[in-house]
Parts: sequence; structure tokens; C-alpha cells
Amino acid sequence: MARNLTFSIFRYNPQDPTSTPHTDTFILDETNHMTLFIALNRIREEQDPGLQFDFCCRAGICGACAMVVNGRPGLACHTKTKDLPENITLMPLPFFTLVGDLSVDTGTWFRNMAQRVRSWVHTDKEFNPRALEERMDNALAEEIYELERCIECGCCVAACGTAIMRPDFLGAAGLNRLARFALDPRDKRTEQDHFEIVGNDQGIFGCMGLLACEDVCPKHLPLQDQLGMLRWKMGWAGIMNLLPWKRK
Amino acid sequence: MQTFQTDLLCIGAGLAGERVAIEAAAAGFDVTCLSLVPARRSHSSAAQGGMQAALGNCAMGEGDSPDVHFEDTVKGSDWGCDQEVARLFCDNAPIAMRQLAAWGVPWNRVVPGKSTYFKGGKLFEKEELQEKEGLITARAFGGTAKWRTCYTSDGTGHTVLYTMDNRAVQLGVAVHDKVEALSLIHDGKNCLGAVVRCLKTGELHTYLARVTLIATGGFGRIYRESTNAVINDGGGLIIALDTGLVPLGNMEAVQFHPTGIVPTDILVTEGCRGDGGTLLDKNGHRFMPDYEPDKAELASRDVVSRWMTHHMRQGLGVSSPYGDHLWLDIRHLGCQHLATKLREVDEICKNFLGIDPAVDLIPVRPTQHYSMGGVRTDKDGLAYGLKGLFAAGEAACWDMHGFNRLGGNSLAETVVAGMIIGAKVVTYLQNHHVSFPTSLVRDATAAQQDRIRLLVSGKSGRENVFAVRNAMYDALMHGAGIFRNGKDLEACVQTLQEVHARSEKIGLRSNGRGANPELALALRLPGMVRLALCVAQGALQRTESRGSHAREDHPERNDRDWLVRTLATWQPGESLPSLTFEPASTVWSIPPGERGYGGGKIISAEPEEKSGI
Repeated sequence: MARNLTFSIFRYNPQDPTSTPHTDTFILDETNHMTLFIALNRIREEQDPGLQFDFCCRAGICGACAMVVNGRPGLACHTKTKDLPENITLMPLPFFTLVGDLSVDTGTWFRNMAQRVRSWVHTDKEFNPRALEERMDNALAEEIYELERCIECGCCVAACGTAIMRPDFLGAAGLNRLARFALDPRDKRTEQDHFEIVGNDQGIFGCMGLLACEDVCPKHLPLQDQLGMLRWKMGWAGIMNLLPWKRK
Repeated sequence: MQTFQTDLLCIGAGLAGERVAIEAAAAGFDVTCLSLVPARRSHSSAAQGGMQAALGNCAMGEGDSPDVHFEDTVKGSDWGCDQEVARLFCDNAPIAMRQLAAWGVPWNRVVPGKSTYFKGGKLFEKEELQEKEGLITARAFGGTAKWRTCYTSDGTGHTVLYTMDNRAVQLGVAVHDKVEALSLIHDGKNCLGAVVRCLKTGELHTYLARVTLIATGGFGRIYRESTNAVINDGGGLIIALDTGLVPLGNMEAVQFHPTGIVPTDILVTEGCRGDGGTLLDKNGHRFMPDYEPDKAELASRDVVSRWMTHHMRQGLGVSSPYGDHLWLDIRHLGCQHLATKLREVDEICKNFLGIDPAVDLIPVRPTQHYSMGGVRTDKDGLAYGLKGLFAAGEAACWDMHGFNRLGGNSLAETVVAGMIIGAKVVTYLQNHHVSFPTSLVRDATAAQQDRIRLLVSGKSGRENVFAVRNAMYDALMHGAGIFRNGKDLEACVQTLQEVHARSEKIGLRSNGRGANPELALALRLPGMVRLALCVAQGALQRTESRGSHAREDHPERNDRDWLVRTLATWQPGESLPSLTFEPASTVWSIPPGERGYGGGKIISAEPEEKSGI
């Protein structure tokens, strides 16, 4: 114990004409139960009050604090320093627009993703405030919840080989979102509707199957299974489209 | 400088803000939400346990109704709530839950047949009815007569917020995220919008709106130790208070949650105790039944937090480098239950404490959690003091919680109040028209630009923003915690006045360019200290104990003199808030009486003197 930690942190403030991208080094004494949340706030308070980073719930629930920690995207709030070596390198998530230092703009990308996959229940039914709710099997509710657990932290996209080459790729987060609605009987969209959204290179056929998304997902979502299943279903939907009697 | 114009400006895009926005957008109005963070990171997402609504579908909820829910809520509030508002809430909660189901929330559902459950460490059996299969089920929470809390595992806030934001996307509600409102624009009569700083570029923008809604959540971050997200600094309350016209209600009513983990103060849900978890002291003794033979761990939060603090003061807490704590025991619930019903808790224990709750005890202690107080509104959500200004959710004092809110009632309040107030906003928008004098808008913006210039240049002083913040933390911790007394509160108020003066003399150490975080805190801090003073001054004046407000020197609940709500306004240039009082409720469906837990003496009201001082 009682280590001195050396933090190498990426610095750049795009709003400051005198700022250039570089790395700053900060030394901090390690304390018990120290997380990157505690460490970064101490650096800001004691050494550099201008250091930009994002935290919100600081409990691994909201997804605000994703960054690249020693080369790997993850949530800073639940990263304990005792699991890291003495030299810690922190970089902002790639792929997303940089706000400054370790802070990136994930909100714009995820809002756009929600619009692209039309992330809502598609139904003609009017809500009747006097009627009982529609019944649902509890096991199915739990299955939907499993996919609903995505916290939009952006780690999966930041770690994605396709996303690096193709900025319009929906990413595991987007494809998982569609899979969540495909599972939900309240959403009346058909497989053909799904095909129109993700049956292309921006969608499921852009996935190269490298699966870093599953490796880095801090919520341990079953992304590999979902991508595999969606690819299989969309593959069949594509073949069906080639059959003359199935064409619209 | 950019100027945006819209019909409805929602400051805050959590559940309450977005629910109101959705109602207005569905009625065809133009809506813009402002948010410190992307909407889905709002603190609503962190609510774990669930939402109370008297659906009565599950076996242990049989016979439940809005009447029973109402009674629990009024008792929970220690008769501090507005009973008309509490009634409105309880009656509408079941509709709101079903609407959320229709919009896509994957509520846990009733599974018919026999199953077991824990209550206070003991195993019991229940049988769910076949005819209820697949309807929304519920779990137990503190201070309730029935199992009434609807949930999706322990990620209820998350799933409901994601569903709500999906709906907002569907209806084309604009969300401008990473922005912070610095002041309201008003002409002394009408609220006209807000001056806003962009947290991506640091630029100032103005938003002009016919109606403005404050839905910024709680202000827990005026305390050093809080379960709240770091964004819950009371921004919406500050800009309302700074008008000098809009009062904040019951700011002294601050809830401490029994189970914040030690260290880091992260919350583990009341669902742990609702599902049968127990509290143990350093000897492994389950102490709550000694104090509350009937409700035990499931008395209301104010009561459990007080007994825990009392028990630790008897020397029965577990010592740690981070101070004394007690243990939460959920080991007996089993791996299967933890993996499905208490998943976030399981992850929090493993990730932040490095322990496995199936094998280990969880270190917990009472931690600041919820603000019953907020922008005082009428039952339509319309704020006192300015036309065209509404408030909803934790930021508002609507006031269904009085001096203590029940677990599961606040997350439900966000969507139920959002539904009710949203409809009122729509009616209001149909008839409310304003003009925007350009000089007023220019002056409001110039005032904020001046503040920024002074902070960056250091011409007001060289106070360190973090040192001033720490002084505020220390003052509140000494005076305005779980137990309070006149002597410490007087010292607290005096210290906070000094801290307030210092907060006006902050100078930045960094250059303040772009989305500079030091500047953001420096702009916010004087307002946070004013909120702290509203809490402390309100607590000092209120010489009784009610709900979460516990005065050691006035341990009795005094219905004769204090069946009232505190209203705090702040006149520009003053060093203290001005306090006035109004009757706690105009309707008394349930006259003040015993809660049935918590003990304590009551000084009863003479019927003709019910409204107090």
C-alpha cells in the first residue's frame, strides 16, 4: 500500500486558442478504496481546477464517466486504483466529439441513434386509462430488461473496429436497442421493418465480429448473442427479399 | 450569442421534466428541455427500488386501494403534506403505471402459484392468484400497509427514464444537453425564459419561452455525504430563489436514507429491506425490532435513520476509518434473488466495496438522500410568485411528501405529477401570452457575463472555490444533519452567512475558458450556500420535531403551533432568507394523529388553531 500513483492525462481544450493536445502528469498518493472518481476529483481540487471530465451518478448506473483507462474503455467511477499499476494513462473515448480533456459528447450520438432505430414501441393502440394493463409473461419482461440495461456509456462503440472505419455504424448499442424492441410484443414492427433499419453495412452487416463490444461492456450485456442472432435473422430476411414471390 | 424561442422550456430532462414535455409536445406545442447531462443520465436513472401505485395485483397487495396508499402517504409525511395533492397523486398513480406499461416499461409481472419470501430474516409463504397472472406485480417498501411498489428488478428508474426518453424522441421533444441555466429571465410578473451557459463551449445562450418548468431534482450536493448524483446541486431552486419573488417550501425537510454504503455514500435500495434484509450492529444483533417491534426495518426512512444513529451513539456501531457504520444483511435472500431482483445492489457491492452480498455483510449508514422541500407550487404545479413558471418532481414542493417521503413515492411522483401538471401546462399555454422586451433579455444576459468576467479576472477576491465549498459542507454537517438543536443551528446559520460572503469573493485559479469546470462551480456556489441557509434557518425556526426534522431540544411534534409549511424567499442583497408560513394543508381528510411507528410525543392542535402561528 501507500503507493504514489502517476497519472498521465490527455489535455486539450478546443475552446482555448492557446491549447494544444498534450499529456499532463499528476502524482497522487493512493488511499484505501480509491477509485478514479476519487482520484480525478482530488487532482481537480488540489492540482488543476481546470481539468475536464464527466461524472454523474458515480455508482456505475448512468454511464457518464466512460474513458480509456490504460488502453481500455471503461467506467471511471467503478475502476479501483488498486486494480491498476502505478502508472495510469487516461484518454477520452475515441469516436465521440471531444468537449475537452477527458470529456466527450455522447449525448448527440446516442440521440441520433435513437432516432435511427426508431427507439420506441410502434403500435396503433390508444392508451385507455380505465383499462387494465396488457398482460405479459414475467420471464419475457425479464428478458427485455436484460437488453434494456444498456447505459449508453459508449464503451462498445469506442472499442469497435467497424466504428473506427465507418462513422455511420450503429454500433452494438444501436443494434442491441433494435433487438430489445424486436423481443417486445408491444412493438408491432415486423422483421421486414427491422431489415429496413439494420439490414445494411451501417447496421448488422457492418459488424466484423471482433466483439470488443462484449469484452468492454461494463454492464455485461449479452452483445455477442444479440449481434449473432440479429445477423442470422436479417440474413434470412435478406434472402427472402430475393425470392420473387416474397418481394413487395 | 444564440437565442432560442419555444413555447415550453423544461429546465431538467429527468422523469418529471420529460413527462411534462411529452404532454405539451403531444398537444402540438414546441418544447425544449435543458439538461446538465444527456437526458438518460439524469438522476432519475439511479432510482432502483420502484414506484408506489395501488394496483393490488400481487398477493401481498390484495385489498390495496388509493385510499390505503393515501393513508400511508399522510402518515409518512407526519401530517406535513398537502392532503389534496397527496390524494390527487394516489388516485392517479395506477393510471400512470399502466401508461408506462403501454409505452414499453418491462415491469416485473405476477407469476401465479406458491412462492416464499423473507420478512425480517424469517421465511414465509405466499400464493399468487392465477387470475392475476401477467399483471404488474409489486414489492414491499417501508411505511406501507401493502406491497405496492412496482418495479423492474432494481433498475426501475433506468427503465422508466429510457422509456420516457424514447417517447420524447418519438414526439420530437428537443433536448439540449450539457447546458446549465444560470438565471431566470422575468419582468417581475411573468417568467420569460432563462440565461443558459453551454457546458460544451462555455458560451452564454438565452432561451425565451411562454412557460418555463423547473424540474432539476434535489439539492443533496450541498451536503458532503449524499447519495445524490454530482449534478444534484439545486440549480433550478437557486434560479427560482434568486428572483426574490418565488418562495421555496419546507427547505428544512431533508431526508436521510438508512442505507448509503460506507465509504462512497452510494445508495443500496430500500428494496433490500423490503425483500427481507435486516440491519445488524457490531455484535451481529438485529436491533430494529427492539425499537420498532411492529415495522422493524420497514418503518419510514426518517424513523429507521434516527434509530440507526441512536444505536451507533450507544457505541454499538462498527468502527471503520470512514467513521462508524452498521451492517445490512441480505445474505439469506440467496444468489438467485440477488441476481434477478437486486442486481444493481449485487454489482455495487462487488464493484465499489469488493464484497459479495451473498456471503458478506454490507457496511451502511444513514446518508443524505432526498429533498422534500423545493419550489413551492399550487396543486397545478404553478409556482408562487411568477406567472408562467411551473415546477415538478423533487425540485418542487407540490407538496405530497410533507416532512418525510415514503420510498417509492418520489419516483412515482415524477411521472404522476408530470402527467397531471403536464395537462395543466397545456391548458395554460393555450391562454398565456407574453412579450419579450429585448432590453430585459439583454440586461439578464449582461448580468451573467459580468459575473463570469469578475470570476475570471479575480477582481471580486481570491477565495478558492473548493475551500469555500468545504466550509459550507462542514457547517451543514455540524448543524443540519439527522439530529438538530438550537445551539448548533445558530452556529450553523452564522457560519453559513460568513461562507456566503466568502462565496461572493471567489477568484478562479484556472483560465475559465471553454467548458471550464472551476467556473461552473464558482457560478453555482453562492446559490448553493443560499439554499444551505434556507435549510438551516428553516430548521432553526421550526421548534418541533416532525418527520425528518428532529430537534433534540424540541422532541415533540407540535400540531398546535407548527402544522405549517415554511416559505423562504431571498431579497436581493440580503444575507438571510425571509421566512413566512402557511397552513400545511387546506383539506384534512385524515386529522393529525399517531403514525404507528417512531414513537414521540405529540402536542395536539386545538381545532380552531389548526393553522398555527
